[in-house]
Amino acid sequence: MAEKRTYELMFIVDPDAGDEDVVKLSEGVQKIITGQGGSITKTEMMGKRKLAYEINHKKDGNYVLLEVEGSGAEIAEVERRMRVNDQILRYMTVRVDEMRRRADKLKDRRARKAAKKPANGKAKAAVVSPEADEDEAVA
Amino acid sequence: MSSNYEDRDFGFEREYDRTMPRGPRRMQRRKICRFCIDKVDLIDFKDVKLLMSYVPERGKILPRRISGVCATHQRMLAEAIKRARNIALLPYAAD
Repeated sequence: MAEKRTYELMFIVDPDAGDEDVVKLSEGVQKIITGQGGSITKTEMMGKRKLAYEINHKKDGNYVLLEVEGSGAEIAEVERRMRVNDQILRYMTVRVDEMRRRADKLKDRRARKAAKKPANGKAKAAVVSPEADEDEAVA
Repeated sequence: MSSNYEDRDFGFEREYDRTMPRGPRRMQRRKICRFCIDKVDLIDFKDVKLLMSYVPERGKILPRRISGVCATHQRMLAEAIKRARNIALLPYAAD
């Protein structure tokens, strides 16, 4: 897999764990990723927030978000480790490069459409403007 | 023996002809997609504030016929809501 993929990795750490534990966990995850040949492009500690529903009888959790670039092998490794870690209540990985590419395509398409439309609008404006001039002359 | 099917009423037309307004139903102004106006290409599952406005009290995804969101954006929205649910940003069901 030579292809480079971008993932968003979000996980919830046990609220009973201290802030250092959260940082330590996040660093551990980053180490695994870099060790496997991936790279981290963004780290965000979203802090403690209320869970929408209880997980393991916990009502809130520490959210951590990482943006990872790599082949996908490191994601498998990280997920394997998270599964056995009791301090991690929940994790989720979302592949974002494809989503972003699709968004760019949509943007592109809209830009092209917009480029076509103003041309029409200008043509109309050109037709209208002499009349406007006349109106002004009358006024 | 020839039966003329055209003369017979199978009730098909009655069933599908719903163009006539039934009951005291007011005509509503056609809603337009908010995301199309704002030119949104990507709906992020982390944007809880936005998603919340499409998840009423009960926790269900607001249907298109009510919100007026276009099909493309409703698909994105549903995907984002489901992801947010998975990571406990949104409830699966409330109460």
